[in-house]
Amino acid sequence: MTAASPNALLCLDAVGKRFGGVRALSDISMAVERNRIVGVIGPNGAGKTTLFNLITGAYRADSGAIVFDNRLITDWPPHRIIRAGLARTFQNIRLFAGMTVWEHLLVTQHPKGNVLRSLLPLRASGLDVAAHAERVLKFFGLEQYRDVLARTLPYGIQRKVDMARALASGPKLLLLDEPVAGMNHDEAEELRRLLLRLNEEGLTILLIEHDMAFVMNLCHELYVLDFGVRIAAGEPAAIRSDPVVLDAYLGSEAAC
Amino acid sequence: MSTYYAGLLADIGILTLGALSVYVILATNQLSLGNAGFMAIGSYLSSFLTVEQHWPLTAAVVAVALSASVIGVVVGFPALRLKGIYLAIATLGFGEMVRSFFLVFAPMGGSGGYHGMAHVALGYIWIWTAGILLVILLLERSHLWLQMRAVHDDETAAGLVGLNTTLIKVGAFGLGAAIAAIAGALFAHHHVYIEPGNFGFERSIDFVLAVILGGSTVGVGPLAGAALLVLLPEWLRFVADWRLAAFGALLIIVLLTRRQGILDRPLLARLSFRSAAT
Repeated sequence: MTAASPNALLCLDAVGKRFGGVRALSDISMAVERNRIVGVIGPNGAGKTTLFNLITGAYRADSGAIVFDNRLITDWPPHRIIRAGLARTFQNIRLFAGMTVWEHLLVTQHPKGNVLRSLLPLRASGLDVAAHAERVLKFFGLEQYRDVLARTLPYGIQRKVDMARALASGPKLLLLDEPVAGMNHDEAEELRRLLLRLNEEGLTILLIEHDMAFVMNLCHELYVLDFGVRIAAGEPAAIRSDPVVLDAYLGSEAAC
Repeated sequence: MSTYYAGLLADIGILTLGALSVYVILATNQLSLGNAGFMAIGSYLSSFLTVEQHWPLTAAVVAVALSASVIGVVVGFPALRLKGIYLAIATLGFGEMVRSFFLVFAPMGGSGGYHGMAHVALGYIWIWTAGILLVILLLERSHLWLQMRAVHDDETAAGLVGLNTTLIKVGAFGLGAAIAAIAGALFAHHHVYIEPGNFGFERSIDFVLAVILGGSTVGVGPLAGAALLVLLPEWLRFVADWRLAAFGALLIIVLLTRRQGILDRPLLARLSFRSAAT
């Protein structure tokens, strides 16, 4: 059983989800080990985003168990799961319309200790918060956009802000929902290098992606979904030549 | 100061509090059309405490603020399931429910109203108004307010980046209810006579109007809106019978040209820059 893996940060054990009569996901088991980059791939409608929504608590699983950092989070509300050390980005970015880039980096950091601290003016209570936000800002090279309304920035920059917002909360596991969608080759390559650097610093990453080249060059391990079922799992090289995968995913794409 | 202007200033102070009560709820993208209901609760409960129980007024104001915030949270919870126009209608229903309750509640005078409160000075009203405004201006610099703005902009995303949206939305309702109740307590002890008709739908609309007119994105907006809402009809007396129509026309012009209200952050920044430069 996957849950037996001692080094796993995130474990899914036979997780299932239905919408009405449709089985969006059936009996999905997977393990994301610490300090790894794991990818989930599959054709449109395979259930990838549903999987993310189950992990982050946006949907509740009908069956199975989800264990994060040795805690059973299956029935936790989203805010509790995120605070346990999980952060996500969005396929459609979803930045806050009235906030600057800087404010996006502050909002996901929860003032530690006394609840009353969140009531104090940021300048008085948030020195550590600001220092951390400053590091994240620099890491993504967003210094020049610091006080700009994030929604007014170009698409590629907005993607970075979305990712920076997730990282600012100081997660153990980062979930990326199609991080290179809409990016050109150079932007994708820049992002790939950023993710590798984050991974070197100890961050575990789980991502959903359509771009096969990107996934093959980045991930240590891949899971393949099709029609809500896990059809393969393993190293990218093995997945690339797996006949079941070729038939379900690559094959169907080559056909159209 | 003439009693005429003292009366207007008292009205501005009380309306500012009413507007702030809508403002903090609106800051989480929830529109309440029932804050006159919380105001009524503050009015009647504080009058009962000072007249029947002989409490000092300040203690009564604090007590009604706390009680109303509990009621606000209780109302806020079922309201969580409603959004936009549906929430607005539900809060409207709440306001009318409270008004109707006091209409038939004989121990506090029913439709005949209630009196016996000691008149309170203008200065006392403004100590509360300025105090609450200051608290909100400080709150606007806090991390909590940043969280409220996140809920305002995109509630789903706010939840998925780790904010407790339920707590934030219900908390905003509780805070708004407390401020409306304070406005009610001051209203009752300024006019020394209250009746359910004081807390009708028009009162709730006035609160919302003051916020929309003055500025719904900055804490001083409700103050500016309340001042305009009280003073404009007075200043427009020269157009005699047409003054309410003229007021309505002005309101439409403001909304067409500045949807965020007269005051917003860029305008305040410009104003403060100018005053710093001179």
